[in-house]
Order: sequence, then structure tokens, then C-alpha cells
Amino acid sequence: MPARASTAEAIVIAGAGAGGVRAAFTLREQGWDGRVVLVGTEPPYERPPLSKTGEYRLICGGAALSEAGITFLAGAEAAGVDTAAHVLELADGRRLPYRSLLLTTGARARRLPFGGAPVHVLRSYADSAALRARLAPGRRVAVIGGGFIGLELAASAAALGCRVTVIELGPRLMGRAVPARVAATMAGRHVAAGVDLRCGTGVTGLAGTGSGTEITLAEGTAIEADVVVAGVGAVPETMLACAAGIETGDGIVVDERFATSAPDVFAAGDCCRYPHPLYGGQPLRLESWRAAQEHGAAAARAMLGETEPYAGVPWFWSDQHDYTLQVAGLASAADREVVRVRPDGVEIWFGLSRDGRLVAAAAAGPGNSVAKDIKLAELLIARRAAPDPVTLADPAVTLKSVLRSPVAG
Amino acid sequence: MSQWIAACEADDIDPEDVIPFEHDGNDYAIYRSPDDAYFATDGHCTHEKTLLCDGLVMGGVIECPKHNGRFDYTSGKALGAPVLVDVRTYPVKVMDDTVYIELP
Ligand SMILES: Cc1cc2nc3c(=O)[nH]c(=O)nc-3n(C[C@H](O)[C@H](O)[C@H](O)COP(=O)(O)OP(=O)(O)OC[C@H]3O[C@@H](n4cnc5c(N)ncnc54)[C@H](O)[C@@H]3O)c2cc1C
Ligand code: FES
Repeated sequence: MPARASTAEAIVIAGAGAGGVRAAFTLREQGWDGRVVLVGTEPPYERPPLSKTGEYRLICGGAALSEAGITFLAGAEAAGVDTAAHVLELADGRRLPYRSLLLTTGARARRLPFGGAPVHVLRSYADSAALRARLAPGRRVAVIGGGFIGLELAASAAALGCRVTVIELGPRLMGRAVPARVAATMAGRHVAAGVDLRCGTGVTGLAGTGSGTEITLAEGTAIEADVVVAGVGAVPETMLACAAGIETGDGIVVDERFATSAPDVFAAGDCCRYPHPLYGGQPLRLESWRAAQEHGAAAARAMLGETEPYAGVPWFWSDQHDYTLQVAGLASAADREVVRVRPDGVEIWFGLSRDGRLVAAAAAGPGNSVAKDIKLAELLIARRAAPDPVTLADPAVTLKSVLRSPVAG
Repeated sequence: MSQWIAACEADDIDPEDVIPFEHDGNDYAIYRSPDDAYFATDGHCTHEKTLLCDGLVMGGVIECPKHNGRFDYTSGKALGAPVLVDVRTYPVKVMDDTVYIELP
């Protein structure tokens, strides 16, 4: 293919978020000395602070990028992929030939299916700035959706003196990724902070009133709010891949080396669905800061020829009020649960598979008090360990000793 | 003028663990390695202002409890993203079962 011979030196990355940036640096760390071109509609900044402090924090500055020899095309939008010619086409008409292409286009906030009144979402810094400009003491804030981004925002708004209501369709908070027991701990913390939690009721309509927005609930009642925020999940950004005929389906479909269905095109981070070796090759789409970076790094190595599949343990954290929640592994893969109640009252939840392997662990507690135990659980999960449930439940036995015991190995 | 400050007793720290130490309004972390050597670093991670003493020590490595940034606590070396800046270390000595840290 002559088109390729002349372009053999550029690796192009579309999307400059957590995944894309880590991939670019990993290429250099791995010794790739060809060109690295990073294309991003937005500057590389951190998303996690947006729902917490609202701070604008760069993942890395322009100097660090240029020092590493990474060409950053700021404000550039990838508009099409010519998979046969190996060219990424930008919206401004530029054409970037590639040896390998990595799609790290992330996700966008899902919107509510009805209008009637303005509703904020939270994915980008622009979203966050627009929303925060409206938060002030005494304001009535309604958060639609009790997932972790909505709950973090609820906590920030409460700390700013807003009167906050969270409306969740499901029977409890964070139903998708967090076990019930741990979600209940967080729910208790929200209630103690004065957040009004309404679980098990959906929103059926919104209407602007003279003084704000009226939110009608399925149960028949209505709530009035000055600010309405929808935290109802994220939709993977797959448009580029779809248009290029690359296989998608709730995310860009990749194999265990992050390769898509098109030759030399890879995808990583929130936009991809990855068959996870730890969970029997079950295709997973994660929305996690650490996973996005690990994906980016693993995809970079794969583009350079690495063949070892990535098997990193899924992990995420969430800060709500003065509590931090951490989840390692995949709570939905658990068949039975074991809870360890520590002397300080913090509960560590463990999820075991049918064959007794530890597949998930989760906990919520003040400050960083759950970090060590979740980390040790993560190491056990990575080893596919099948620890004795009685030991797991016993706070007198440290998880470090469980990790070092021969059964765990 | 640097000075040696008594930080804790040698067995206040379990082997392969870390405890916090505060002096003059500054936070430090004091480590005991698996082979009973003692080390000290700044109390905070270099990524964000998170206390390292809540993190897990494995061998010669401390992992930050917030976003899993890892440091070699014997040298202060940052071991990769998200921590890119080394953490400052301080000399430590143990005399009569007391751990001293040398502060500038
Ligand atoms: C408010 C908020 C709080 C969060 N808090 C946490 C948390 O506490 N813990 C946690 O584990 N995770 C958290 N996350 C999730 C985490 O931020 C994401 O998993 C992570 O950002 C995913 O990285 P990514 O690189 O895959 O995608 P993104 O960060 O979404 O980056 C993708 C980038 O690609 C750009 N892009 C898209 N299409 C194109 C195109 N065609 N051309 C050029 N550029 C394009 C986008 O503009 C974007 O900048 C949070 C997310 C949000 C939104
Ligand atoms: S604060 Fe330590 S890794 Fe982020």
C-alpha cells in the first residue's frame, strides 16, 4: 500500500482527554521517535474536579507536550477517518496521514428526553462554569439522577449553601456501579448534610414558571427549583468511528489490544468497549479516570507492537461531602457479598463470584480512610484470588496478611 | 540550620507501614520498611494535597490513597503518572528506639 509507506512515521491521537494524553506520553516513554500528533477540540484538562471543586486544572501544559515532542493541534476537530488511505481528516480541511490512529474521543453527557425548561449537564469545563455561575446560597437546586457525578455536584452545591434535592428513578443511589450497602452509607452522609433524596421516582415533565422550574415527578408531586441539573449518564462519543464504518455498539468495539475493526485504528478510554480478561472477556465500557489512562497507555504499547492483553482492575473513586467512595473490580460480577466492619465503623464490601473468586470491593468513609483496604482488595482481585469469606469478614485479620497467605496467591 | 527532631518511637510504626508526623505546621510521613529501616518524606503527595500516610506501603513503595500515584519512599522518586514530581525526603536516624528526622 504506497499511501502507507510515505506516512509510516506519524501516530495520530484524536481526543486530548485523560486517555489521549496518557497515550501520547506513553509512546515517548516507550521510545517511539516518530511523530506524535494529538488532536483535541478542547485543551487537555482534568474532568474529576468539575463536579467537586469546579477547579480548572490542566492534565499537562503546552510546554510539557512540546518538550516531549508531541504536536498538539489545539481546537482541532477530527471529522472523518479514511481507513483505507490511513488519513484522519480534520473539520478545517487538514489531512493527517497516520501509521496508527488512536480514538480517545471520550463521552458526552446524556440529555433528558424532554424540554420545557433549561437543564444543565456536566461533562466539560464550559458546562461546569455555566452551572457554577448559578449556584449561590439559598438557591434551590434539583439534581436529576443519583449517579456519582450528580451526587458530587449535589454535595458541592450543598456546601455552597444551596438547597439540594436529588431525584433518582431507581430504588437507590448509584445503582449501576456501587453495591447497595455502600450506596446506603453515602446516602446517609447526604441526608446528614441536608440533601433531600427522592429515590424511586422519575421525572415526567419540566415547565418554566415565573420563579423557576417546576419538575413533575412520576409519583404525582412536583418540585420547584431555581437550577436543574441532569446527571443521567454519559454516551460514548462514537460518531467518528461510526461514520468510518468501524464497529460500534455502546462504545467503539475493541479487542483485548484496543484494536478496532479497522486496520491500524485503535480506541481507548470512555469511548471504547473492551473485552476484559478478568471478567471472562465480558465487553466493558468504563467511565473512569484511571481506566482511561491505563487504556491509553496500553493502547499506545499495542500500537508499538505489544501483544500482551491489558488486564488492569477497574477502579474509580468519588468524593461526596467529606467522604470518599472507592470501587475496585466489577460489583455487578459479584454473586455473593461479604462485609467487613472495621473498628472505626467503616464497612468494606467484598463481592465474590460463584467460584469464590474476589471480583469486586467497595467502601465509603471519611477522608481517605478506605483507600488502603480497597487497594489491597484490588491486588487480590488482580491475582484472581479466592480468599476465605470468613477471613474477609474478620477485621482482626489484615487484608495484607490475606494477600500474603498462600491461598490468595 | 537543620535540626534532628524526635518524631516517634521505633515501634509506633508497623513494619512495612507509614504514620503521619506534624512539626511546626508541616506534615511529614515516616516509614518503616519491611526490613525495619526508617525513612521520611513530605506528608503530601506531589499531585494534589493528599496526605500520603493514608496510603498503602508495599515493599519500598508508598501509593497515594487518592489517585494511586506511587513513590519510592526511600529516594522520593515519583514512579509514573499521575505523579510526575518526586516527593522530598528527609534524613532519618534511630537512637535508643526513638526515630529522629532531620528538618532544615
Ligand atoms: C464531572 C466529572 C467528574 C468525574 N469524576 C470522576 C471521579 O471522581 N473518578 C473517576 O474515576 N472518574 C471521574 N470522571 C470520569 C473521567 O473523567 C473520565 O472517565 C475520563 O475523563 C475519560 O477520559 P477519556 O480520555 O476517555 O475521555 P474525555 O476525558 O471525555 O476526553 C475526550 C476528549 O476528546 C475530545 N473529542 C471528542 N471528539 C473529538 C473529535 N472528533 N475531535 C477532537 N477531539 C474530540 C473531547 O472534547 C474531549 O476533550 C468524571 C467525569 C466527569 C465528567
Ligand atoms: S493526590 Fe496523590 S496521586 Fe493524586
